[in-house]
Amino acid sequence: MMNSILPLFVAIPLGASFLIALVSRKRKLPADIIANLSTLSLLVLSIIIFQARGVYKIGGWLPPAGINWVLDGFSNLFLVIINLISICATVFSIKYMKHYTGVYKYYSLFLLMTAGMNGVVLTGDMFNLFVFLEIASIASYALVAFGGEHEELEASFKYLVLGSLGSILILLGIALVYGMTGYLNMASISKAISSSGIGQVHIFAALLFITGFGIKAALVPFHSWLPDAHPSAPAPISAMLSGVLIKAIGIYSLIRIFFNVFGMNSIFGGMLIGIGILSMVIGVFLAVGQWDLKRLLAYHSISQMGYVILGIGLGGFIIANGGSLIVASLAFLGGLFHLLNHSVFKSLLFLCSGSIENATGTRQLKEMGGLLKKMPVTGTTCTIASLSIAGVPPFNGFWSKLIIVIAAMQAGYYIIGFVTILVSFVTLVSFLKVMRYSLWGPVSGILANVKESPVLMVLPLVLLALLCIGMGVIALPGVTEVVLKPAIEVLVRGAEYAGYVFSQL
Amino acid sequence: MVFALCFVLFLTGLYCILTKKNTVKIIIGLSIMEAGVNLFLVLLGYKNDGVVPIIDRSTDIVHFLAYSVDPLPQALVLTSIVIGLGTIALGIALCMRLYVKYGTFDIAEIRRLKG
Amino acid sequence: MKGMTIIVKTITRWVKLFIFLFGIYVTLTGHLSPGGGFAGGVILACSFILLTLAYGKEYALSRLSLKTAKSLDSIGALIFLLTALIGMWVTNVFFDNVLQKLFPGTDFMLYSSGFIPLYNIGICLKVGAPLFVTFIVMAAMRIRINDKGEREIIQEEEEE
Repeated sequence: MMNSILPLFVAIPLGASFLIALVSRKRKLPADIIANLSTLSLLVLSIIIFQARGVYKIGGWLPPAGINWVLDGFSNLFLVIINLISICATVFSIKYMKHYTGVYKYYSLFLLMTAGMNGVVLTGDMFNLFVFLEIASIASYALVAFGGEHEELEASFKYLVLGSLGSILILLGIALVYGMTGYLNMASISKAISSSGIGQVHIFAALLFITGFGIKAALVPFHSWLPDAHPSAPAPISAMLSGVLIKAIGIYSLIRIFFNVFGMNSIFGGMLIGIGILSMVIGVFLAVGQWDLKRLLAYHSISQMGYVILGIGLGGFIIANGGSLIVASLAFLGGLFHLLNHSVFKSLLFLCSGSIENATGTRQLKEMGGLLKKMPVTGTTCTIASLSIAGVPPFNGFWSKLIIVIAAMQAGYYIIGFVTILVSFVTLVSFLKVMRYSLWGPVSGILANVKESPVLMVLPLVLLALLCIGMGVIALPGVTEVVLKPAIEVLVRGAEYAGYVFSQL
Repeated sequence: MVFALCFVLFLTGLYCILTKKNTVKIIIGLSIMEAGVNLFLVLLGYKNDGVVPIIDRSTDIVHFLAYSVDPLPQALVLTSIVIGLGTIALGIALCMRLYVKYGTFDIAEIRRLKG
Repeated sequence: MKGMTIIVKTITRWVKLFIFLFGIYVTLTGHLSPGGGFAGGVILACSFILLTLAYGKEYALSRLSLKTAKSLDSIGALIFLLTALIGMWVTNVFFDNVLQKLFPGTDFMLYSSGFIPLYNIGICLKVGAPLFVTFIVMAAMRIRINDKGEREIIQEEEEE
């Protein structure tokens, strides 16, 4: 079953993208239909193969000569996230993109980006990863500039320069790894490195990867493009960029390379923890002072990515230092669960901001007020997402943060646990500000005629809000085994990746 | 030695990106950096007295196997040149659009986004 | 753009066909000799770019309009994808070179590697057409100052 489905994850969005560019230049309707159908089918396919595992050889060529795609628990998790957010974003786009010209270009680029991300999470070959990463990145540079106004172009230029710099560093890292081991296949590289041990060139390559993928994921020393680029894009694209792109091409690749290719050791683990804490703290303090809704959300993306990297780095650090595997898998659970949650509530928040902007024409918090009365559905979903990201108990964000804190405490890193709780409080303060100014309070005069957004825009909001409420269930023992446990296994047994791939051929 | 020269090319591009104020020059810097990396990648496959990795009717297979250079990096470089072409075309297009909007190529004057 | 002097125009008239044919040759023999879809596509685009330079934009666009070029771009990509999907349809392996397995050709002949010339044609269209479009759009962009004193791009091609 896997063999007949797996290539479709790249083939469907690519085909749909070029088909839209070919047939739908004049009218908007075919573009809407093709894009929504393709993302819907991708979501269905990703759920169908959620339990499937295996290795797929492109063109029937065996590795290390051929390119192989690896489907394991970690890839499955990402496939579901990517395609879930894509379908929400495309449904939202139908009404939201009404006022833009050249919508076929938008959908075409959108689907290219989806194809790139699906490819990144599936591939088991370093250079193939680079190619898919560039497909996704170049599409996202163009999408950020889609509005064509001053701010969009400036943000896109900044993003393009930093993003290409990151890509070039990644390419240099791949070249170094190829020069050292003579392979491009991840499993073969992993085998070669584990037999030769890590040398100076490997460490240099690892640093290049941290910098390159760090730029792509906007971790803190490399974050400066994100607060410009994410708010400038159209709202569904902001949701995609913040919700999945930085995770799929940044965090996923970083984790895959450090856990499965290089093998985790305490230096890499310590670096990830350090970057995670920096991102968490700096991101949230920069966010507090913002008055532009989307910019505030973008800074929170940096901060929340810090949680994810912290949780995963902590797990890797504990394993590398010979700590208990149970605590380590708890840390991985926290990190991955938070990643899942963040993609849901952050895309929900960005889509809400798009809905608000569409209805009121402003993004400034000071000009809003009383939207809960005027736009009940958007207001309610926005409240749910805000409480969720701030870590208020019944919602999903609380559980993942709690798990990270518990893992840090159990491992004996009390300071990390304390910082995590502190950042969570600052996040809460920041989102109380959002709710106080935009949702509650008196309706400001200019917004008297605001109406609720159309049904097609509200539908994805409601779906994501329900997920926010319900996803706390995933932390329960019975469900975790199905949803997150396979992904955690990949991280815990990082060194067994090569053996797994070769056994599946 | 040759690898060091690639690295010099790489650093030249990086210097160009970091210090130049003109948007077009920044894009040129990116392409110089990329050229450095591509050169490094293609040199990885080099052999002394190597032959071109193309089999012809008259090719002696034994000699070919012993002396042909590694063809894989050449394929990779071709791909990465195409990717670079795409990035640079997009970058130049953005520069032109920025000029239309701001009337300048100077990044010091293109700063509406703050905070 | 009015075009260049009579010397350039005459020489262009003579060589344009050869450049075009050379592009096709490089594309079609990509599996036998150096070259292939990418190089062939660039050469094909170059022949049109030469026309643009020598005769001006209008002449080149009358031969290959931007709309056609954009369609060719998508068609090239779809050819590539469809040939890849044929492999999946027949033997369940993406990018499988089914044609080569079913009807193996003789080595070093034009028909010797199944789908690979088809891939090359797809790549050739995918590379050549966008290169021409990019050149036209970038080289022919003009800016004017409108009544409000703002700069704006003169829309060369009315695209609905």
